[in-house]
Amino acid sequence: MAETYLEIRNLYKTFSAKNGSVEALKGVSLSIGKGEIFGVIGLSGAGKSTLVRCMNLLERPDSGDVLLNGESLLALNKEQLRLRRQKIGMIFQHFNLLEQQTVLENVCFPLEIRGIPKKERREKALALLEKVGLAEKAKAYPSQLSGGQKQRVAIARVLANEPDILLCDEATSALDPETTQTILRLLKTIRDSLGITIVVITHEMRVIQQVATRVAVLDGGSVQEEGSVVEIFDHPKSRAAKRLLLIADEEEESYAG
Amino acid sequence: MLDETMIHMLLEGIWDTCYMTLVSTFFGYLIGLPLGIALTLTDETGIAPNRAVYRILNVIINITRSIPFLILLILVMPLTKAIVGKTYGSTATIVPLTLAAAPFIGRMVESSLKEVPAGVIEAALSMGAKTGTIVTKVLIGEARTSLLVGATIVLGTVLGYSAMAGVIGGGGLGDIAIRYGYYRYDTGVMLVTLVFIVAIVQLLQGLGNLAARKIDHRKQS
Repeated sequence: MAETYLEIRNLYKTFSAKNGSVEALKGVSLSIGKGEIFGVIGLSGAGKSTLVRCMNLLERPDSGDVLLNGESLLALNKEQLRLRRQKIGMIFQHFNLLEQQTVLENVCFPLEIRGIPKKERREKALALLEKVGLAEKAKAYPSQLSGGQKQRVAIARVLANEPDILLCDEATSALDPETTQTILRLLKTIRDSLGITIVVITHEMRVIQQVATRVAVLDGGSVQEEGSVVEIFDHPKSRAAKRLLLIADEEEESYAG
Repeated sequence: MLDETMIHMLLEGIWDTCYMTLVSTFFGYLIGLPLGIALTLTDETGIAPNRAVYRILNVIINITRSIPFLILLILVMPLTKAIVGKTYGSTATIVPLTLAAAPFIGRMVESSLKEVPAGVIEAALSMGAKTGTIVTKVLIGEARTSLLVGATIVLGTVLGYSAMAGVIGGGGLGDIAIRYGYYRYDTGVMLVTLVFIVAIVQLLQGLGNLAARKIDHRKQS
C-alpha cells in the first residue's frame, strides 16, 4: 500500500431515536492509501453510509478521528471545514443534481461556490462534460437524462473542484448492471489519470470486484475483515464476508437463469 | 344601474383592490420570505438547527395566524394611524394586510423550501457551499416552482382579506360590495363587484400557474 491518505481512527457514532438508540459505528479504524480505490462493503444497516458521511463530516462522529493527509478534519473550525470539503468530492446513489438547472450549470455550481469567474467556469465545465462524454447534453436538464448520464454529470461536477479524494456512496446502486460497468470504468480512468484516492461504498460484491484493490467488510458497525479484494474473495474468513459472497453468487445465478 | 359614476367607482375599486393586494403581498414577502428561510434553516432537519429560534418563530407565527383578520384590522389601528396617518382607505388597509400576510407567507415559504430533497442540500454542503449559497441556489432555486404557486395562493388570500377590510371602509371592491350590498340593499352592484373579484382571482391564479409551469424543469419536457 502506498502512503496513507485517509485515516479513520476508532470512530463511534450512535443515533438516538424515539424507540431506543442505534449504534451505527462501533470503533471503526481504516487506513486508505493515496491513489488507491478502496471498497467498503456491507449489507444495509451495516453502518457504511454513516462511515462515508463521517469521512467529510456530513455526519460528526461521537468519538474517534478522521485524518486526511495527516490533518484532522475534526480539528477544523466551520469555515476551514467548508473550504477543506471543496477538495473532498462525493457522489451519491440518487445523484443529487439541481433539477432546475441545466447540466452545464450543475457542473459550474462547485466553481461558482469557489467564486471562479463565469467565463472560466463555463469553459472548465464544458471540458469536464467532454471528458465524461456528455458535452452534447450541456443544455439539457437532469430530468431529460438517464440514470447513468445523471451520474456522469455528477462525476463531472465533482471533478470540477479537482478533489484529491472521491467518496462514492452507493453511486451505482440505482443503476442497471450495464450502466454500473460504464460508471465503474469511468471511476477507474479518473483514478489512473488524476491519481486521486477513491472510496467506494456499496452492498454489491461485483462492484468491489471490478474496481477496488482493497476492501473492508463492515457489519454491525464494525470492520469484520479487511484485506486485498482477491484475498477476501478467495478466502473469506468472517461470517459477514461469506454471507456477502453467497448473496453475490445467488444474484449471478439469477442473471444467468 | 351602470351610469358613468358607477363605472368610474367600479374602475377605481378594481384599481384599489389590485393596489392593496399587490403592495401588501410585496411587503408581506419582505417579512415572510426571511421568516420562512429562518424556519427552514433552524428546524431540526435544517442546516443550522436551533431549537430556541425555531420555537420562538413558530409561536409568533401561530399566534398571529390565529387572530381573525377583522380583529387584527381593529387591533392594529393605532399602528396604522402612526404609519399612514389615518385608519380608513386603501393605503391604510395595507398595514393590517401586510401583518396578516407575513406569517402566512412564512409558512408557505417554509413548506416550499422543505420540499427540496435533503440529498441535494447535502451535495451542496459536500462541495463546501456557504449557507447563503445554499439558500439562494439550492433552496430557493430548486423550490421556485412551489414558491411561485405559493405566491399565487397568497395573492388570492390577501385579495380576500382586502375585501373584508371594506367593513371598516378599507377601500376597493370589497368596500363597494359592502356599502351597496349590505347598507343600501343594492344587490345588483354587489353582484357586479363580486364578479370582478372572482375575475381578478381567476386571472392571478391562471397567470401564476402558467408562470410556474414555465419555470419548472423537473419534468420531462
